Amino acid sequence: MAKSAESFIIDDQEAGLFRVNRRVFTDPECLAEERRRVFDKCWFYVGHQSEVPHEGDYRSRNVTGRPMILVRGDDSVVRVLLNTCTHRGSLVCRQKSGNARTFQCPYHAWTFNSRGQLVGVPGEDSYSDAFKRDDMALAAPPQVDHYRGFIFACFDPAADSLHDYLAGAREYLDLVADQSELGMKIVAGQQSYSARANWKLLVENSYDGYHGLPTHQRYFSFLSDIGVDMKGRDVAAPSYQKAVDLGNGHAVLEYQSAWGRPIAHWVAPFGEHRKSHFEEVRRQFDERFGPERARRICETSRNLGIFPNLVINDIMAITVRTFYPVSPDYMEVNAWALAPADESAEDSALRLDNFLTFLGPGGFATPDDVDMLESCQRGFANHEVGWSDISRGMKREHPSITDELQMRAFWRRWNQLMTEPQLKRARKAA
Amino acid sequence: MSTQLPSRQEAEDLLYKEAALLDEWRLDEWLELLTEDATYEIPPTDVPEGDSRNTLFIIADDALRIRSRVKQLLGKAAWAENPHSRTRRMISNVRVVAAEGENILVTANFAVFRMRYESVDTYIGHYDYKLVRAANDLRIRERRAVLDNEALRPHGKISFIL
Repeated sequence: MAKSAESFIIDDQEAGLFRVNRRVFTDPECLAEERRRVFDKCWFYVGHQSEVPHEGDYRSRNVTGRPMILVRGDDSVVRVLLNTCTHRGSLVCRQKSGNARTFQCPYHAWTFNSRGQLVGVPGEDSYSDAFKRDDMALAAPPQVDHYRGFIFACFDPAADSLHDYLAGAREYLDLVADQSELGMKIVAGQQSYSARANWKLLVENSYDGYHGLPTHQRYFSFLSDIGVDMKGRDVAAPSYQKAVDLGNGHAVLEYQSAWGRPIAHWVAPFGEHRKSHFEEVRRQFDERFGPERARRICETSRNLGIFPNLVINDIMAITVRTFYPVSPDYMEVNAWALAPADESAEDSALRLDNFLTFLGPGGFATPDDVDMLESCQRGFANHEVGWSDISRGMKREHPSITDELQMRAFWRRWNQLMTEPQLKRARKAA
Repeated sequence: MSTQLPSRQEAEDLLYKEAALLDEWRLDEWLELLTEDATYEIPPTDVPEGDSRNTLFIIADDALRIRSRVKQLLGKAAWAENPHSRTRRMISNVRVVAAEGENILVTANFAVFRMRYESVDTYIGHYDYKLVRAANDLRIRERRAVLDNEALRPHGKISFIL
């Protein structure tokens, strides 16, 4: 990689230095390129099957900046439809969620069924024979697929299948999806927030083990105050931990954590009365998966980043988080809680309570993360300081979760997408 | 004996005092307005009527967490509020709605402005309070801030006591 001022990253593996050009966080032209080379090319999370359990159930979603409808048709098939009337463009679905047999465009009353087919056109006899209803169905992304309930869409018809795209991330989605034999569900309530920062700063932050202690000291003090045993579970030196490059830009941190995990890792603040229940659940996992996999599912936490912008953090609860840039220095974030579909009311309440201790725009951690990202973005105005450093642990054989291997995995893939087409075009021109 | 409702003025006095204490970051004094078992909740913007036991809220603090939140906010490590933001609360449309056992239901509208790093974010909504009479004073047992904002955009967070 040439170390020119114009390159996006410096990846000097021999010296053990990795730098990111801060222009990628501030330059509107860079964002325009990202829209073409990343957001039109990759697979993006649309929603979870549990969010549309019945025929006709739908959710409005903004995916890659496009308004879409996630809908279960009257044939029980879950589809992703582009929310724009094929006539003149108006949104055909104006509600955030609901159940409908049809979507009627309010502008000229064209009507589409829950499969997206055009089923009603007022005054249809005014159109020529060349006008065919079949041509005017609601459009859909060229590729839509799901993996264990997580529904994704891709705007590149030539892109790899979702299965291949997810690569090593599938193993970690399995560790989440295996938490219930009846499947997982998204809990009611969406955390809709934002940050005055570039979207890639939240990618870095979502699996940044290095910032845990300085940024979130207040959270660890809180855990200690409520009686969580912090010994041997120091996030900086956990007894079990690894950072893994999962391929295609995906990466994960997996580690033993101090906090309780509502699936089956009891801590004192959960209450003595719950201890035997947690032990029983753990026994069931041991029987289903054997002790090693059961231990991973129950005791270890995971910060999983699926390229480019899906975060599934299975920590003191499970959050599913995705975010999109509005401008180089502003992003919109949506986050949900994922839980076993068959979880009891009491267990679900405990899970949500544990979620809110750390996560979300009112938690004891996420607001400080948002503040840090906004602080970085303001600091970038010093454009004389042109590069950020992501070198931590680069020469280490087994990087720890407080190193930055996971971010380098993201940046290498991002850089590849952002530069490869240019090279191809350059070759063509030559 | 049925619970005697306070006058609107008495309810307003409590809410205005609370607003002043919060705006002045006198959070220890604010805690004295709460009962020992007080709760503080902010439902998600898409399920304003939700129940925190089965819905993902923005904040659902029990008494323990409220006190921890205050301790954190008055310390140095709550970075989103270090330095503290400036806030200014406009409380209006105060209504004493009903008595429910010993609880007194009071609602009020709010517009809370948060100023930090030269941005101004506006939180708009209403409060649902459950008050109880303790000795001669009214105390806050439940405090639920329901946002009208459709999303925390561009606010990004609720890092102070809303």
